[in-house]
Amino acid sequence: MTYGKGLRPLAALTALTLTAAFALVFFFAPLDADQGFVQKIFYVHVPIGIVALVGFMAGGVFAIQHLRTRDPRHDLRSYVAIHIAIVLALGTLVTGSIWAKASWGSWWVWQEPMLVSFLIVFLLYACYTPLRFSIEDKERQARYASVFAIVAGAFVPLNFAAVRMAEAYIHPRTFATTGGGIPGDMFLTFLVALAGIGLLFVTLWKYEMASKNATFKLRALRRTLAGDELAPARRSAAPTL
Amino acid sequence: MTADLALELRGLGRRYGERPALQDVTLDLQAGRTLVVFGPNGAGKTTLLRVLAGLLRPHAGDVRVLGARLPDEGWRARGRVGLLTHEPLLYRELSARENLRFHARLHGVAPGRVDEALEAVALRVRADDPIAELSRGMVQRAAVARAVLHDPALLLLDEPLANLDPAAAEVLEPLIGRSSGRTRVVTSHDPAGGLAEGDIALGLRGGRVALLAPVAEIDERRVRELYT
Amino acid sequence: MRRAVGALLRKDLLVELRTKEAVPAMALFSISTFVVFHFGLDRSSLDGSLAAGVLWVTLLFAAVLGINRLFVAEVEQGGFDGFLLAPVDRTSLLVAKALALLAFLVLVQLIAIPAFAFLLLGPSLWQALPELLAVAALADVGLAVIGTLVSAIAIRTRARDLIVPILLLPLLIPVVLAAAQATAPLLALDGAGPLPGRWLAILAIYDGVFGLLAYAIFDFLLED
Repeated sequence: MTYGKGLRPLAALTALTLTAAFALVFFFAPLDADQGFVQKIFYVHVPIGIVALVGFMAGGVFAIQHLRTRDPRHDLRSYVAIHIAIVLALGTLVTGSIWAKASWGSWWVWQEPMLVSFLIVFLLYACYTPLRFSIEDKERQARYASVFAIVAGAFVPLNFAAVRMAEAYIHPRTFATTGGGIPGDMFLTFLVALAGIGLLFVTLWKYEMASKNATFKLRALRRTLAGDELAPARRSAAPTL
Repeated sequence: MTADLALELRGLGRRYGERPALQDVTLDLQAGRTLVVFGPNGAGKTTLLRVLAGLLRPHAGDVRVLGARLPDEGWRARGRVGLLTHEPLLYRELSARENLRFHARLHGVAPGRVDEALEAVALRVRADDPIAELSRGMVQRAAVARAVLHDPALLLLDEPLANLDPAAAEVLEPLIGRSSGRTRVVTSHDPAGGLAEGDIALGLRGGRVALLAPVAEIDERRVRELYT
Repeated sequence: MRRAVGALLRKDLLVELRTKEAVPAMALFSISTFVVFHFGLDRSSLDGSLAAGVLWVTLLFAAVLGINRLFVAEVEQGGFDGFLLAPVDRTSLLVAKALALLAFLVLVQLIAIPAFAFLLLGPSLWQALPELLAVAALADVGLAVIGTLVSAIAIRTRARDLIVPILLLPLLIPVVLAAAQATAPLLALDGAGPLPGRWLAILAIYDGVFGLLAYAIFDFLLED
């Protein structure tokens, strides 16, 4: 299976959409009455957050496929999706923190459920790579990683619900972040930004899959040529095919 | 698939990481016979036993143990196989009796058999002492009791007599030896003793079959060649 | 299945009774932690949400001790092999271990909660004892199910003692959250408030979802 197919047009489309989003954010979207310019970080923070969550759950779905079919390619898909999602989650935390500092004056706020939930989810998925790395047998590593990805994937929505409930109970939410109630031009900008980040995720995913695939084919070739003299692969957290 | 074949292996393969632990192992073993397995350390003897026990799935080839295809039908063979390895598979804080009772319950075996088994391995006297307090030989005897408690049709023995004095070996012979009448796969490092035990000899080298013949047709020298 | 769970559970309880390793250590740890909290918070009497928080955080950390050791006997003494050879449903190991862990948690809490009342709690424990026990029961089930699952994941890795806490804590945050929220009004200084049912519902849903999930995927952790 080649992942490189269509990568170039996809990358081009991604660049185009992100540029369009950028333009919209700075030149089209109106300034927020309360928060001013800093509110624009919302167009980065929320789309990255949403795509990260979708990425985590996609990782869980690939993991279910892997356990059902035992095909290591599904494990690779899961691994790559989760990897990119972890980076995006970190980005969500950073942009959220900047937003908090600008809006509330401190680098961290417990009142914002999305931020808190992301912290918990990030702490959980931060265990993914150490877990993989600590299991040497590649097949077992893949299997255990899949179990983890499924458990963590199920955890994500439950965690968001629980934290949201807790914060609503203690700290009533004082500013809307997404969805209904925001003006049309802001919403359009948001959608374009979301599409851009989504495309970015898919592009990066395909890119990493193609790259890993090539590495495996190379190693397989080396193994055929060198036979038993091939040096054993270094211990790693990444899946092998 | 013939009904009286305890083992049918066709091209069995099992990897360990990137290296093959077993490659292209093909053999048949009739019920009631003993397969004795020779080979240097790392040749794949233990891996073979563990695959036959259903603890490791085959990565390649077709494997049938007691008529059940592994791994899909592995559940059918479970409970009919007895495994004896270097690990006694006994809980050290519990006594031999408690360990055997636990295994009996797990296997759905009548509790009365526990006393019979303890008697058969001559452990009646120390049956209620924790395993941690027993000598190596006694622990091995308890392990044998555990392995045959559920009256398995197939015995997989990894150097069973390694820790035993001749007296103990004699006690255990009717349970795990040739006279037990069970189908057995026994690994051995002793060419003479091993050949005396078996009907068919299998020699493994680097995971591959280097020797496969009825015991009557070969001698010790052929076995020793495996180790050079 | 039931026979296997019964056999495994009996064996685990027997080993614990014989060695007395897990429960005393967890109980002792809880009591020491209460002392640490006294000095750390510089408070002699807690009530309301602070009391609930201290109690549940302590019980959580005590649980981690037990969870770390849950499968250690199996792995060290080749017990997995013995179990894997038996003609039983492999999920029975999950059920048995979770029940054993649940039993240990209950025993520890029977000591730790009165100790908490003795050392740090301002209002009386009796003012809402049945409600408190209801919360504890649901929270314990969550701790047991997720604890067993994480323990099983970590046990065959190289860094098992380290993996357990980092994997466990995020997964148990909703449980501790719900338990503390539910307990806070029960420990109010001016008499117990009503038990907030929504948190019990959250606990029950969480327990249910992860119970089913664990049941479905546990087999995959035991194969090779």
